Amino acid sequence: MNQLPGLAVLGAGHVGPVIARLAIKAGYPVAIATSGDPEDIALITELVIPGAQPRWASDAVADADLVVLAIPLHRFGDLDPNLLSGKVVVDAMNYWPASDGVLTAFEDGGSSQTVARRLSGSAVVKALNHIGYHELEGQARPVGAPDRRAAGVAGDDPAAVAAIADLVDRIGYDPVRLGRLRAGRVLQPGGPVFGVTLTRPEFERAVAEDARSLA
Amino acid sequence: MTYTFGLDTFGDRNGGADGTPASHAQTIRNVVEEGVFAEQAGVHFFGIGEHHTEYFPMPAGDVVLAAIAARTEKIRLGSAVTVLSSDDPVRVFQRYSTLNAISSGRAEVILGRGSSIESFPVFGYDQADYEELFDEKATLFAELLKGGPVTWDGKTRPALLNRDVVPHTESGPFPAWIGVGGNPQSVIRAARLGYGLALAIIGGPPARFAAYSQLFQRALEKFGRPPLPVLVHSPGHVAATDEQAKAEFWPRWRDIVTLMAPERGFAIPTEESFDTETGPHGALYVGSPETVARKIATNLRALAATRFDLKYGLPGLTHGQLMTNIELYGQQVIPRVRELLSSS
Repeated sequence: MNQLPGLAVLGAGHVGPVIARLAIKAGYPVAIATSGDPEDIALITELVIPGAQPRWASDAVADADLVVLAIPLHRFGDLDPNLLSGKVVVDAMNYWPASDGVLTAFEDGGSSQTVARRLSGSAVVKALNHIGYHELEGQARPVGAPDRRAAGVAGDDPAAVAAIADLVDRIGYDPVRLGRLRAGRVLQPGGPVFGVTLTRPEFERAVAEDARSLA
Repeated sequence: MTYTFGLDTFGDRNGGADGTPASHAQTIRNVVEEGVFAEQAGVHFFGIGEHHTEYFPMPAGDVVLAAIAARTEKIRLGSAVTVLSSDDPVRVFQRYSTLNAISSGRAEVILGRGSSIESFPVFGYDQADYEELFDEKATLFAELLKGGPVTWDGKTRPALLNRDVVPHTESGPFPAWIGVGGNPQSVIRAARLGYGLALAIIGGPPARFAAYSQLFQRALEKFGRPPLPVLVHSPGHVAATDEQAKAEFWPRWRDIVTLMAPERGFAIPTEESFDTETGPHGALYVGSPETVARKIATNLRALAATRFDLKYGLPGLTHGQLMTNIELYGQQVIPRVRELLSSS
């Protein structure tokens, strides 16, 4: 079996450790980082994300093929875009004015498009933002399970989308490719699939009926 | 192992007998009666969570707790939670230290960073600062709890120089916890500052929090602190039968979660998701005394926790339904959980 691509998860809050655990279980080499010293998350990693390597963000990203952004959106402005240049970046973040405050840059359109404009050297893919962190592990299912939940993947770079669709599939969800990054707006809070448990046919129907999916 | 059991409310606005909502004032008077009755029913702790909404009209729970304190003798009384990020740690200490005096040492606080942040705009705080606000204020609060003059300097409130903050407690610090909703870094913070760990589990399988309980005890060791307790806070409703409890709870749960969903990012509940959450691996404790007791016993054991707080009530449930819930919880659920835990 070929070695799976290396994954760097940025963020050790609610979401990051869950995605990291699922990826480890699926066989990906996983590093996890925050904005600070890896020593600060050594104990968290050992007990909550066994198998992951706690690292400085720059080191974790440098050695990774895929990077998952799982930080609060209001901290996104602190992230150096050069750090992520040349990487496939999964935007698992969401814009909630109620918890982030109003962020002017995110008031219009798709939040991942705003992220992608700032990360102009990266291939940004929107995925894993619309399933609650408390559900992600419990609802993961093997390929072919009748109740396997669908998960949307949207991005402008076909190779990047393929890599993330593969990641989504391997961690336990039926990937539904939505085409361009702007089509990822259907995955956002308030959209037709956000927080809703849907199989692939149900998911595709919900997206097709929604005006936001007109890419 | 000594286990204790509490009830928490957010001052959920009651439904009236005729189906119209009770007034905020009547709801608050009902909470006083519920707290007094909780003691009679054998409950050990009564907690009031801070909220600032039309359906949870409960921004000043400490005043309500003081009224309950004046009419009770044994039950412990506390916040569940105090949104410390948008409050002043000195004033929170003063209010709960006063409650501790009124109740002869029965006060507690559970401090929250604010997963429910409706208080921020009320008091002029920026939600984007919640992490820094909470970290600084929880650090200061830990200093205040120790008693004695406090010297402190930070960004989120004026500095204190050798300041004696009154009223002094009679017998050392009262119990204080940090509420955590699933962020492991918040678990580390509770251990670093020496607070108990209050796990707020409102969705998904509770067993996934077992690693947080271990993380907490390991972090306490790392910081050179003695072991501290873990409590579990989860929503639920007890009635005579599973069917009755679910029938009373479900429409209220659907309505309130749907109302809060856009702001909090909650999924809209379906009957299917409700069945999962009220089932053996879900986060809701809805059912007969036996059903709820079994679930509490299972999860206290799985999470190495010694206290369970049931968040009872929902907007629209009547005061009568809540009193029945309290009676069944105190007189049947708690003894049954003890029995189940001692037989293992």
